[in-house]
Amino acid sequence: MSLLEIANLGKRFGGVVAVDNCSLSVATGSITGLIGPNGSGKTTVFNLVTGFIPRDRGDVVFKAQSIAGLPPDQIYGLGIGRTFQLARIFPRLTTLENMLVPVRRAGWRALLSQRQWSHEQDRAMDMLESMDISQVAGTLGGALSYGQRKLLELAAVMMARPELVLLDEPAGGVNPVLLERIADHIRQLNAQGVTFLLVEHNMGFVMKLCDEVVVLHQGRVIASGNPRDVRANPAVLDAYLGA
Amino acid sequence: MNTVLRLPALKPAGLGLALAAALAVPLISDPGTASMAVFITMYVGLATAWNIMGGYTGYISLGHAAFFGFGAYTLGLFLVHLGIPAGYQPFLLVPVAGVLTALLAALIGWIALRTRAATFVIVTIAFMFMLQLLAENLVNLTGGGAGLGLPVPSWGGDFFAIPFYYAMLALAILGVTVSWVIRRSKFGLGLLAIRDDEDKALAVGVPTRAFKLAAFVISAALVGMIGGVYGYFITYIYPQFVVDPLIGISMVLMVFFGGLGTLSGPVLGAIVLEWSQLQFAYHFGASRLYLIFYAAVFLLVIRFLPQGVVPSIADLVARRRHGRAAGPPGPASDSAEPPTRIRPGLASP
Ligand SMILES: Nc1ncnc2c1ncn2[C@@H]1O[C@H](COP(=O)(O)OP(=O)(O)OP(=O)(O)O)[C@@H](O)[C@H]1O
Ligand SMILES: [Mg+2]
Repeated sequence: MSLLEIANLGKRFGGVVAVDNCSLSVATGSITGLIGPNGSGKTTVFNLVTGFIPRDRGDVVFKAQSIAGLPPDQIYGLGIGRTFQLARIFPRLTTLENMLVPVRRAGWRALLSQRQWSHEQDRAMDMLESMDISQVAGTLGGALSYGQRKLLELAAVMMARPELVLLDEPAGGVNPVLLERIADHIRQLNAQGVTFLLVEHNMGFVMKLCDEVVVLHQGRVIASGNPRDVRANPAVLDAYLGA
Repeated sequence: MNTVLRLPALKPAGLGLALAAALAVPLISDPGTASMAVFITMYVGLATAWNIMGGYTGYISLGHAAFFGFGAYTLGLFLVHLGIPAGYQPFLLVPVAGVLTALLAALIGWIALRTRAATFVIVTIAFMFMLQLLAENLVNLTGGGAGLGLPVPSWGGDFFAIPFYYAMLALAILGVTVSWVIRRSKFGLGLLAIRDDEDKALAVGVPTRAFKLAAFVISAALVGMIGGVYGYFITYIYPQFVVDPLIGISMVLMVFFGGLGTLSGPVLGAIVLEWSQLQFAYHFGASRLYLIFYAAVFLLVIRFLPQGVVPSIADLVARRRHGRAAGPPGPASDSAEPPTRIRPGLASP
């Protein structure tokens, strides 16, 4: 069964067709990879799914309900989290405060009450511990290293217990040791039932982690299936070798 | 970030002392000082209220004088047109002025908050001048440029300013309390997240439009109530003196001076700058010479204390405590040891 279904999605920026009649599905409980050369439209697909930019056409269905046209905060509220290609955190909030920003289905009472806080803080600290960044809980986000920001962004997105998380280059710009750690975290979260759709240029990372891979080229899906088959697909090789 | 006021024992004691001193001001002062105290507490309230929007969310409104003037006119028109006699009853209408100002702010905010950054600043200024024009031209209602005369309180002489002082003090305390509650709540954290990165805040579910609008309305309602008390205090209101761009600029400058987005910064900024301005007025007459002083202060703050006084002092204290300079964060690197700039606890003023 698929958790997310993208159907005939289209988006153009002026003369550039960024996403062209793109259809793909993400199976519940899977780690699905979305790959493709630079500029093939991967980030744009993320922006369309999460409501950051309006689509020209097509539909996005999450848990059998269309979410096309909803604003980003509501989409997050429904259970779809995302990270950004260059890790984005709140620089003037501490690491712990960064963890507490995410809101999911909260009424005004909850937003002003102090009691629910302490419970949330405990959970945030546990999460930071599991990501090995609890030692910087009191540090301002702007003072974190790039790797720490990547981990914090992932940890913070998990705070509201999303069912689907879109990761835009989780391994981009991090060293091999950290890359290994990030892969472990994703695997762990996946084992707890979180579904992932991830964009990544590091093929080793994708091959190791993903159950299923979708290849995008010039905004169109040119191949999909299990990672090994996809890698051997001549159309995919052509796309990457820059036809 | 602000360690000074976090010292557990000092905080309640300091607050208690400040409160006692504030309550005692009229007992130890002559009439001149009492009316100075009205203005200073008024600006403490205004700066604190402005900070709830400008400091927490980073949306700089230069048009808050619109709400100040609207509050003054609302109260004044109620008194005049409903024939409410002077005395203490008019103070009971202050919350009504607050509610009506909140409604106006909801309308203005609904439009203005579709814009960001510089555009928002311009839109708030535009609304302020629109309101000023309305006050000038709805002559039948407001008296226009000839002004609106309010009933004059029966108490007079040396005692005149005292009730106004306590009204302003109550509103300032209300403002600081509201600001404190917000700063410590998830709502307040959402506002700070908007200040840091609005799109990222949206991505983690912060309903940014609703949050910004709520902060704007709360901020404006407080300013409107203070405007109401002010109108009654001066007893004669003119469009250009209540919807006064300089009042709007003053609150902003006070917050920048004390520390944008902090709890104690606006209070400190208002006390220091308004006191200085009143000294200027005392020594150099009612000229607007203080504007040069304001401009100089602004340039100095931007140049030497870009964060404002309170955060700068707090940083200094924190550095002393940690025994070494916690310089600005260096370039990010994966292998770097964890930074030592620790900020304990969650919400700091
Ligand atoms: N906001 C925008 N305005 C105009 N053009 C855009 C915008 N966003 C993306 N594009 C264009 O759309 C195309 C797809 O870009 P997108 O960022 O989705 O690619 P990508 O697959 O994520 O690339 P990369 O691997 O480099 O991150 C590119 O040609 C890009 O220049
Ligand atoms: Mg991209």
